[in-house]
Amino acid sequence: MLQTTQKTQIKVFDTFVANNKKLFHKHPAGNLTVVFLSFFILIFCSLFTPSFAEDKQSNDNSAFAYAVNALNAKSFKAKADAIKIFETINNKQTINTLKALLESRLFYRKSDQLIVITTESENGYHITDAITENKLGEVGKRDIKKIRVNNKLRKQLRGTIAQLSLSNEDTDIRLNAVSEITKILNQDTIDLLRNALEKEKNDAVNELIHLALALWDINSADKNIRLKAISLLGDSLSQEARSKLSKLLDKAEDGTFLLEDAEIRNAAKKALTHIDSQLDFYALIEKIFFGLSLGSVLLLAAIGLAITFGVMGVINMAHGELIMIGAYTTYVVQLLMPDNIALSIFVAIPAAFIVSGLFGIAIERSVIRHLYGRPLETLLATFGVSLVLQQLVRSIFSPLNRSVETPAWMSGSLEINAALSLTYNRLYIVLFSLIVFFALLLILKKTTLGLKVRAVSQNRAMAKAMGTRVEWVDALTFGLGSGIAGVAGVALSQLTNVGPNLGQAYIIDSFMVVVFGGVGNLWGTLVGAMSLGVINKFLEPWAGAVLAKILVLVLIILFIQKRPRGLFPQKGRAAEN
Amino acid sequence: MTLFSIYGAPFNREKKTVMKKKNIKLWVPVAIAVFFGMQTAYAAKDTIKVGVLHSLSGTMAISETTLKDTVLMMIEDQNKKGGLLGKQLEAVVVDPASNWPLFAEKTRELISKANVDVIFGCWTSVSRKSVLPVIEELNGLLFYPVQYEGEESSKNVFYTGAAPNQQAIPAVDYLMNEVGAKRWVLAGTDYVYPRTTNKILEAYLLAKGVKKSDIMINYTPFGHSDWQSIVSDIKKFGSQGKKTAVVSTINGDANVPFYKELGNQGLSAEDIPVVAFSVGEEELSGIDTKPLVGHLAAWNYFMSVDNKANDEFIKKWHAYIKDKKRVTNDPMEATYIGFKMWVKAVEKAGKTATDAVAEAIIGITEPNLTGGIAVMNKNHHLSKPVLIGEIQKDGQFDIVWQTDTIVAGDAWSDFLPGSKSIVANWTAPIKCGNYNTVTKKCSGQNF
Repeated sequence: MLQTTQKTQIKVFDTFVANNKKLFHKHPAGNLTVVFLSFFILIFCSLFTPSFAEDKQSNDNSAFAYAVNALNAKSFKAKADAIKIFETINNKQTINTLKALLESRLFYRKSDQLIVITTESENGYHITDAITENKLGEVGKRDIKKIRVNNKLRKQLRGTIAQLSLSNEDTDIRLNAVSEITKILNQDTIDLLRNALEKEKNDAVNELIHLALALWDINSADKNIRLKAISLLGDSLSQEARSKLSKLLDKAEDGTFLLEDAEIRNAAKKALTHIDSQLDFYALIEKIFFGLSLGSVLLLAAIGLAITFGVMGVINMAHGELIMIGAYTTYVVQLLMPDNIALSIFVAIPAAFIVSGLFGIAIERSVIRHLYGRPLETLLATFGVSLVLQQLVRSIFSPLNRSVETPAWMSGSLEINAALSLTYNRLYIVLFSLIVFFALLLILKKTTLGLKVRAVSQNRAMAKAMGTRVEWVDALTFGLGSGIAGVAGVALSQLTNVGPNLGQAYIIDSFMVVVFGGVGNLWGTLVGAMSLGVINKFLEPWAGAVLAKILVLVLIILFIQKRPRGLFPQKGRAAEN
Repeated sequence: MTLFSIYGAPFNREKKTVMKKKNIKLWVPVAIAVFFGMQTAYAAKDTIKVGVLHSLSGTMAISETTLKDTVLMMIEDQNKKGGLLGKQLEAVVVDPASNWPLFAEKTRELISKANVDVIFGCWTSVSRKSVLPVIEELNGLLFYPVQYEGEESSKNVFYTGAAPNQQAIPAVDYLMNEVGAKRWVLAGTDYVYPRTTNKILEAYLLAKGVKKSDIMINYTPFGHSDWQSIVSDIKKFGSQGKKTAVVSTINGDANVPFYKELGNQGLSAEDIPVVAFSVGEEELSGIDTKPLVGHLAAWNYFMSVDNKANDEFIKKWHAYIKDKKRVTNDPMEATYIGFKMWVKAVEKAGKTATDAVAEAIIGITEPNLTGGIAVMNKNHHLSKPVLIGEIQKDGQFDIVWQTDTIVAGDAWSDFLPGSKSIVANWTAPIKCGNYNTVTKKCSGQNF
């Protein structure tokens, strides 16, 4: 075992030196001698070491030092060769160095070409010698230069790190390593996997390894192994398995199958239909989830409008800008607590509610209250307000988009199986929109404010006669609707850009949802938003995103012709006026 | 100041001179008008006027405001050097407010009323198309600094951004040869630039032997924000066993949710790289770029280029804008080169008249900020190097590939059947924006 490792080392070294004469132009002439010296030491050691275990250590060290220095090559190809050397040196330091390279934390010092691992500090970087692991203190940004990698190298690095961590104690790391290796199957990695399988005790890891081996064995010369691999892959849902299986059924240009063995072909066909029927099922679930998540975004954007437009009857064209203000509030909150991004969202929700709510009350008191009962003028005036708010934001925050960070718990996706994964941010937004919806429903149904709001909207004169301060109720209702728009802004800041135009993108959709669902009915808004979302997502793959939008609009127009009051019209005398 | 643009724009209260600071009190619009009116009248006789036609409000303000500032910086710089032909330069800034017809109106206003000698402006192709008839009718000069779809060459317009063969084609070559892509997703926003570029790219890919079933074309509306199903489709399209790459002509704001969705659905650049033609440093400064590391962009300029000229430009920009965090980008470099070339051409011609400058500018050279020399060609396009960069976690690009030499901008694509035999040449004896080399005729249309 030991000997083979060393042999590969030498082989890699040999090709390395031969292939990469160019590499050495960066190093002073002295380095060349060092390289050859270490090269000879290596040969020397490999000849005499089998009996001396400790020499393996020093051997590794010099190879490690050599490989680290070789990483600072000019061409990406030379760097790729250098990374290959690391495959044979399995220790913690190797993994650390490769990880640093992967995460762009590996630099070289400009003064002496020393390779260092960095961590960011206030004025620059803290650096550590990559070979000796000595801490070298802090340097400025201009003293060191990054060792660049590209996509190809990143992929190779992930593969190498995975190969080195197959024997890691942490099960998650091993799982990850196997799925990385599955992407780069070749004879070497297959051998590694077979070795790992012998020692592996964890079922989940074993299953993954079996799957990876099956992907390789499907092209094996032995028919039985092949059939076994096919039946194993038939139960998997991964796209790799599907494409490997469908390759078995490839036809030549004259229509005959490339694969002659009919038994294998039939097995592959059976496995493929099994996979496809399952994939279709999960694709349907995925589509419905996409629709619901689009629907919940629409719901969030529209629900504030359902109050101001639906309950109060004010056509508020500045509704989108209130959403935008909520999103900017999130941005400001994150600026104020940069070390606590995960928590910032929870602070931003009430903050956005208050800020947007206050803006809403200000708009109502200064503009809208003078225009009650004159919808056309309200429309124009609030449109003006929306332009003023947009420009205000441009003046304060600049017209450029602001970057709102997504907390770690909201990024990535929940993998249910290989065919279905739901992104976390969408999942949380679906939940959040439902929470907001039911909270609002409670406010309107169970609180005094809600009672007054309903009273004023149903019969203003009577409510006034009963001693309700209608003007205040107007202002508070508008504030409530605006505040909810602000909360929607917090959610949208996690999905889309935070910029002055954020609101414009949602205003039309919001009106569409409220009109479709039925003016004045919150449940109508919920059903309207969700069904528009799902309809849109089912039309999209078939008609394309542009046409899908148009079709939805046409559908709504036709629907309104048939039922002018929307899905759930308000009933009773109050609605008749 | 900007608050007034809504009301002020039609009356052209926004004219300002660079010599004056911008911090003017908001509540005295009348005073501003009088002040600027006097200023303009006073300075009118011995200045050369430079029109700046970039949107300062509306959807495109996000990109175009920076270019306005770049022109103002260049003018300030030139004035410090003693102006041009012994005269000071004076900027006339108008706000076409991302409203395409207003671009034409403002151009007319700049040329006929303000008597500007040159205009730097436009971003979207539709705004340029709207300006074209006016600028040709009034015989003005326009420097257009943004990468675009080609298929155009006007006597009065100088295109300092990239033509498709200086951006799209090299990017596809890189993906094909270096990354080994076999399947292609062409995703774009639904308007003229992506549609034309994708038509060219599709023709190019088919010519290179890519099967039609290996190309997926997708268009989305402006500002599209729900990318779930499209990204999921791309994921499926890309998992058929062949290396897949996405060529994105998605414009402006729609990019942020697109990249966020890519990150969330776990599509990494190592599996399916996305090369974008409209995403630069400025667009990235509004995104958390950690999940995007490795995705690509093709431009003629990156801020990260290690070059003395570039360092100086960045330093100057930071000093002018008084914000060390502001980034520079490709259209800024194009504006810079265009401005410098115009100055050289005016000096060479000895006057600012359109025809004299247009004649003098052909063949003029100017060092690029990325190294090498840019040349103004006879078809009013530049020769520039092409760079491919990978996005880094700090929002900058690492250059992973670049052309060995500078590439001459091709106004009419060689890969479209309609424009294969058409060339633009504004020197005698052809003097034509679309000259057919087969029929030896110049079609009357210039655009």
